[in-house]
Amino acid sequence: MASPRQRILGWLHPRPQARAWLLVAPGTLWLLVFFLVPILIMLVYSVMPRGIYGGVDPGFTLEHYRRFFDPLYLDILQRTFVWSVACTVICLVLGYPVAYVIARAGRWKSFLLFLVVLPFWTSFLVRTFAMIFLLRDTGLINNWLVKLGVDPIAMLYTPFAVMAGLVYGFLPFMVLPIYASLEKLDLSLLEAAEVLGARPTERFRRVTLPLSMPGVVAGCLLVFIPALGSFLTSDLLGGAKQMMIGNLVQNQFSAARNWPFGSAASFIVMALVLAAVMLYLKVKDREQAKAT
Amino acid sequence: MVASPPPASLSAPVVQLAHVTKTFGDVKAVNDVSLDIQRGEFFSMLGPSGCGKTTTLRLLAGFEQPDEDGGEVRLMGEVVNRRRPYERKVAMVFQNYALFPHLSVERNVAFGLEQRKLPKAQIADRVRHALQMVRLDPDVFARRMPSQLSGGQRQRVALARALVLEPAILLLDEPLGAIDLKLRKEMQLELKALNKQLGTTFVYVTHDQEEALTMSDRIAVMDNARVAQLGTPAEIYENPRTAFVAKFIGESNFLEGQARRSGEDWQLEWAYGGCARLPAHPGLRDGNTIRIAVRPEWMDVWRPDEVPAGENAVGGTIEDVIYLGETMHVLVRVPHAGTVTVAVRNEGQLIKPLPWKRGDQAAVAWLPEDCQILEDD
Repeated sequence: MASPRQRILGWLHPRPQARAWLLVAPGTLWLLVFFLVPILIMLVYSVMPRGIYGGVDPGFTLEHYRRFFDPLYLDILQRTFVWSVACTVICLVLGYPVAYVIARAGRWKSFLLFLVVLPFWTSFLVRTFAMIFLLRDTGLINNWLVKLGVDPIAMLYTPFAVMAGLVYGFLPFMVLPIYASLEKLDLSLLEAAEVLGARPTERFRRVTLPLSMPGVVAGCLLVFIPALGSFLTSDLLGGAKQMMIGNLVQNQFSAARNWPFGSAASFIVMALVLAAVMLYLKVKDREQAKAT
Repeated sequence: MVASPPPASLSAPVVQLAHVTKTFGDVKAVNDVSLDIQRGEFFSMLGPSGCGKTTTLRLLAGFEQPDEDGGEVRLMGEVVNRRRPYERKVAMVFQNYALFPHLSVERNVAFGLEQRKLPKAQIADRVRHALQMVRLDPDVFARRMPSQLSGGQRQRVALARALVLEPAILLLDEPLGAIDLKLRKEMQLELKALNKQLGTTFVYVTHDQEEALTMSDRIAVMDNARVAQLGTPAEIYENPRTAFVAKFIGESNFLEGQARRSGEDWQLEWAYGGCARLPAHPGLRDGNTIRIAVRPEWMDVWRPDEVPAGENAVGGTIEDVIYLGETMHVLVRVPHAGTVTVAVRNEGQLIKPLPWKRGDQAAVAWLPEDCQILEDD
């Protein structure tokens, strides 16, 4: 007599498709319950009238979507977009050289990678609070400046503070994928370029950079998308003056108790991100088609 | 009227290494290597892995630089010790091809020309011509990506990418290592033909002795970071200087004894009695212990009482007879000297079988001039 375990394994063995389904089932179920269902709930909320005491009333309205196109909110949206792009660009400019050096660091590689990942050992909230101590008028930086005889600079609650916080928080997400793509770059390709007459800058432009593009793209997406939705950094480091779309959504759900409007704002941002990513993928496909 | 000598640049060696040493950590990868390579020569560096042949090639390419006081690397007469690869006029074919995976075949081949900022039309012409030279149809292959090619085709693209620059010197680092045997033999002959047709100097690194013998004008056999012997394939095979060379290229039987002078002639006395006649050799000293090597195909097996007059012979018992197709290997166990391998032409074992079987008494004989007198490694 075969045990139940053996019977199940015996049934699965000749059925590769059933095995595949079994493997993806737990994850799929999770996403279904905790991702898809909440999104559907939000979608429904975003087209229902606002309840007097929070929540929603029965009915259908596009009022919340219309309301978003008020100059006040478009302003926040534009600022969020510009800041996210700026944050992504700064992360790329700072992160690429770091990834490059780590990928070539030989036996120091794992130690340097460890340093990149180290900030994740404490919560993002705590680290953002720590930045307040650095940046505030009587903070560490300004204390030094005063000791050097320079007038203190107001940094906290400025766009600079928000940008510093965003870049600090997302930099590892740029470094790691770029590192991964540079690390597997075949060094003999660089030697081939060099012996074919390419000086270091040309070699970088024609070989290293194109071959690390997948990492650059992954890094940019990993920074841009969460930056677009971030609210903690702008809240703590920007004060009330530097509102991002994430703060708006958070406010609608908490203080303002306007869930339908918060949901509508979320959907608009989501649509924008989706459009941006799809546009990018299309351009990349076309480039690839051109190359082959 | 006296003919003027050819200009120095034409007669001078294209590649010169003068006492070149390269150290990694405390390991000498290349130790005091000197050699000259002439214009248009097909020059091979042959040796086991770790012998320094690849490092020597990388010193020529400029990926490595000799130690301080580590001698001189000269290309076309100029000292290039500290020059970067892009400042040298060499081209190279890599072991793993090193094709740019993000560029099509034609863009790979055009890469070097684009670095030289040639006009577009000229680049296109030369790329087509280079692909035809390595027998790839440009209309079929130009637009393909390296991932869509077979190993042999990638090798041809790598070759085209180097040759399109019309280099004076082409460096090849085991370029045929990953190709199957039949295609490899074909490529060997093609490479040799290209070398003669283009007049380009080829410097070829390989660990395959047969490959080196097939293609080369001259071979540097390398061992332990030094050149063990430098010569034509015939010189290396027929007159190996050391036991290492004799062992690494082809097969050899090694015999040891004491050199004895008798009048004008030299003899080799075995410790266990008997002797063999030796050819004259400047390294011979009366009473010295020496080693000789004899190639299996230069020996013959005879019945003990039928050895032809004038030949050297040692007696023993037949240990085995091995069928190899083209040849037969007769293994003879010689007391005190180990097993001697004799290669005999196979004239058809079904029609004219060898008269030897295991356990027969036999003598192995060879001509005195076929003794290769070895120096110490």
